[in-house]
Amino acid sequence: MSPVLAGVLQLLALIGALALAYRPLGDYMARVYSSTEHLRVEKWIYKAIGANPDTEMRWPAYLRGVLGFSLISVLFLYGLQRLQGSLPGSLGFASIDPDQAFNTAASFVSNTNWQSYYGEQAMGHVVQTGGLAVQNFVSAAVGIAVAVALVRGFARSRTGELGNFWSDLVRGVVRILVPIAVVGAIVLVACGAIQNFAGIHEVGQFAGGSQQWNGGAVASQEVIKELGTNGGGYFNANSAHPFENPNGFSNLFEIFLILLIPFALTRTFGRMVGSVRQGYAILATMATIWLGFIALMMWTEFHHGGPAYDMAGGAMEGKETRFGIGASAIFSISTTLTSTGAVNSFHSSNTAFGGGLNLLGMMLGEIAPGGVGSGLYGMLIMAIIAVFIAGLMVGRTPEYLGKKIGTREIKLAACYILVTPTLVLGFTAAAMALDTPANSMTNSGAHGFSEILYAYTSGANNNGSAFAGLNADTQWFNSTIGIAMLLGRFLPMVFVLALAGSLAGQQPVPATAGTLRTEKPLFTGLLVGAIMIITGLTYFPALALGPLAEGLAS
Amino acid sequence: MNNSVANTTRLLWAGLRALLVLTVLTGVIYPLAVTGVAQAAFNDKANGSEIKDHEGKVVGSKLIGQTYKGLQWFQPRPSNGLGENSVNTQYQLILSGATNLSGDNKELIKSVKDAKAAVIKDNSTPGHQVKPSDVPADAVTSSGSGLDPHISPEYAELQVHRVAAKNHLPVGEVEKLVHEHTDGRILGFMGEPRVNVLELNIDLKELAAKG
Repeated sequence: MSPVLAGVLQLLALIGALALAYRPLGDYMARVYSSTEHLRVEKWIYKAIGANPDTEMRWPAYLRGVLGFSLISVLFLYGLQRLQGSLPGSLGFASIDPDQAFNTAASFVSNTNWQSYYGEQAMGHVVQTGGLAVQNFVSAAVGIAVAVALVRGFARSRTGELGNFWSDLVRGVVRILVPIAVVGAIVLVACGAIQNFAGIHEVGQFAGGSQQWNGGAVASQEVIKELGTNGGGYFNANSAHPFENPNGFSNLFEIFLILLIPFALTRTFGRMVGSVRQGYAILATMATIWLGFIALMMWTEFHHGGPAYDMAGGAMEGKETRFGIGASAIFSISTTLTSTGAVNSFHSSNTAFGGGLNLLGMMLGEIAPGGVGSGLYGMLIMAIIAVFIAGLMVGRTPEYLGKKIGTREIKLAACYILVTPTLVLGFTAAAMALDTPANSMTNSGAHGFSEILYAYTSGANNNGSAFAGLNADTQWFNSTIGIAMLLGRFLPMVFVLALAGSLAGQQPVPATAGTLRTEKPLFTGLLVGAIMIITGLTYFPALALGPLAEGLAS
Repeated sequence: MNNSVANTTRLLWAGLRALLVLTVLTGVIYPLAVTGVAQAAFNDKANGSEIKDHEGKVVGSKLIGQTYKGLQWFQPRPSNGLGENSVNTQYQLILSGATNLSGDNKELIKSVKDAKAAVIKDNSTPGHQVKPSDVPADAVTSSGSGLDPHISPEYAELQVHRVAAKNHLPVGEVEKLVHEHTDGRILGFMGEPRVNVLELNIDLKELAAKG
């Protein structure tokens, strides 16, 4: 069997598995966020928090919950790293420097998991398992909560109430993430991922001498890293490390975990707004872009342009033998079209156009299918923009799911889509204009520029993958990427929740013959077009200086 | 004003308690429970898939690549990642990583060129000349982790003549050994065909000792 055919079969198997899980998981999540019952363990947690889970919140209160919880999370994770040197169970690692501790705290709380540290050389058991992995759960649950609040905004009328943040947070963790993570972690251990609390120890080698091994709760962190679209590796090599991702099956399983919740949330959305077909239209949009990107990625990686790869006879630099090119291409697109950023091959060594696709995937705003929660709300914002554009064409007040898209709504949506480009292009321009940031580049010329553009694109979009040649552990990059991650995560959430509040307060408008049918393929086409055009116009000049220049030269 | 300060304090206090209780659940109970099950049910795998040689001595992990000094052994892929210019030396595991060099990088072009020349030179024996087109891509490129335990069946095949000559073994026997250690794709389509270098070398050592 040729590697290309094997790649296609792996893709088909992945699609089959996702399709099987789509309805049960999507419906289950809709029930989780609509139920009025509380589990016993949840009641106990609410008591510990001191919150009444049945209090309905208007959008400002919901937002305060999100921001308050996230602020505490940043401070807690920062403190934990700063104290590492004095904590037991830290494998003898020192406390993390302030700039790196800030960067890492911002990174994991914002669901980015950008890493300017080397996991196996910096973080002990306590910080990894009790700090970083915890944020993998809760930052994912916060993302889903905000998406669910927006969906409630569409589903409810003449009320400003969006649900209860504490209840949404706790249910996301207890009823969705933890159960899937437990099963997934055992599957990964069965494949060979390690799960122990051993210290750094020496193991004999074939040729004499010894190798130094790290222990760790790797499988339990690996599974939530993918499931929560977080992406921060236990080890520096991330999912390319054999202890994180031991074989071809675990690799496909990890890609499945990355895509599972983001795709299934479109079903949850459809259920909650009372029309699963609306969910299918959003799903079709996501799937079209995802598949298109995978096809292009497979083509460019198998075609292996670039002088070094022409000579080697294949683009295997930065790729593992057990995955090969096909499975690496599927992983790298799935991780950059969601907000994951885990890698099983190193994107900086992809072909020029391949690296460009990784960049473009993040620049789309990570909505195909996007991060857990953030993918859905990002896509719904684009849907609002698309109906607005359609409304302009025919001269009608646009509406979506029975809600009028008026001045306030379109302003909030416009603010949302302006945040990340401003951060990405602003910080990239600043880094290029200053003298020292460019010293961090490993590669020169167009690829060097791509390294910096990639870093800010990854940070502001909360992805976390890297053109890892860039030495990002400098005060400049730790601080500016840290700020980009926080603003790129929480400013959009402000606009999303404000929009949700405004939609929930509206009286629904009945559909007429003139209403744009947003559950039809025509709308999916319009939405794909709007996404590509808006992103293209925003980022084309920057892409032309980086991957396009490199690709055309080779 | 006082009211808003009090409200904010109450909110942050609730946030802290929520974080602490969720930390107990997802940062203590969950990893310990998974570790318990993993250690009980998959003890060997959960601790790194250690592998023993024919004398019963632990010689590494099935999953982690190693350095094999001497051309009598099958050689792994190059590992030029974080190895050279930091604390890590190649295949020492404390620091994993890739080179992150791009396809048009001069350093990478040179290292591929040099690696290819070395592979051809080392593996050509009297009566067996390796052609440049025989050298597969994995033989001249570094992996993502820098710890790749595998090589492609083509690269293992390419090394057969050299290994046979150095160990004074018949080519056919070494070839048979490589075939025995070639793993296909999982279920026929997942991942890529590969040869585990450590397992292969362990059995090669045994074969050479007998031979």
